[in-house]
Amino acid sequence: MSEKKLAIIATKGTLDWAYPPFILGSTAAALGYEVEIFFTFYGLQLLKKDLDLKVSPLGNPGMPMPFPVPVMMQALPGMQSMMTSMMKDKMKKKGVVELSELRDLCVEAEVKMIACQMTVDLFDFKHSELLDTVEYGGAATFFEFAGESDISLYM
Amino acid sequence: MADFDQELDASGLNCPLPILRAKKALAALSAGQVLHVIATDPGAIKDFEAFAKQTGNELMESREDGGKFYFLIKKA
Repeated sequence: MSEKKLAIIATKGTLDWAYPPFILGSTAAALGYEVEIFFTFYGLQLLKKDLDLKVSPLGNPGMPMPFPVPVMMQALPGMQSMMTSMMKDKMKKKGVVELSELRDLCVEAEVKMIACQMTVDLFDFKHSELLDTVEYGGAATFFEFAGESDISLYM
Repeated sequence: MADFDQELDASGLNCPLPILRAKKALAALSAGQVLHVIATDPGAIKDFEAFAKQTGNELMESREDGGKFYFLIKKA
């Protein structure tokens, strides 16, 4: 069978939203797809060698909370790190793969990762901060691959 | 149960790990050899069907027993 292609744009840099591009990317690669993920804006956080992503209940009324926390309280110092460690504990208990391991699996499966050079410049990221396997490009680079992809997803 | 050449215990692992581990284990086998996968993720039933359909590997058996799921996959 001829190789199918999956193109993803990853724009979010929180721990929860880091999962979909890497889950779908690694799984598609396992199914024989050629995969390319284009990371832009906050999605660049997913490429940092030193992954330190957080979740926040702020502005996210859909996040299930272990106990009701009024919105004003959610903005208090320490809430974000508390929610992040609770989320990490929960993921571990449920057998959800750790994000860095999932990303390693993507690298191993030759999922191509492109960092948007414009936003790298915008946020003053150094190439040395991001994974060595990352390539750099712009919108035209994305379309070169996406234009011949079977599936394109924006996350 | 049919014979198998290798076993993968993916108990306690959640999506997409059972599939990714199975893919890796199959890569080490030769064509015609059989991988036995044990999983506890209820999503694995449909996922292994879909995996087999898309990769051409044959899902010879899929069964549930006492909250665990067992799959036999023959490498294409």
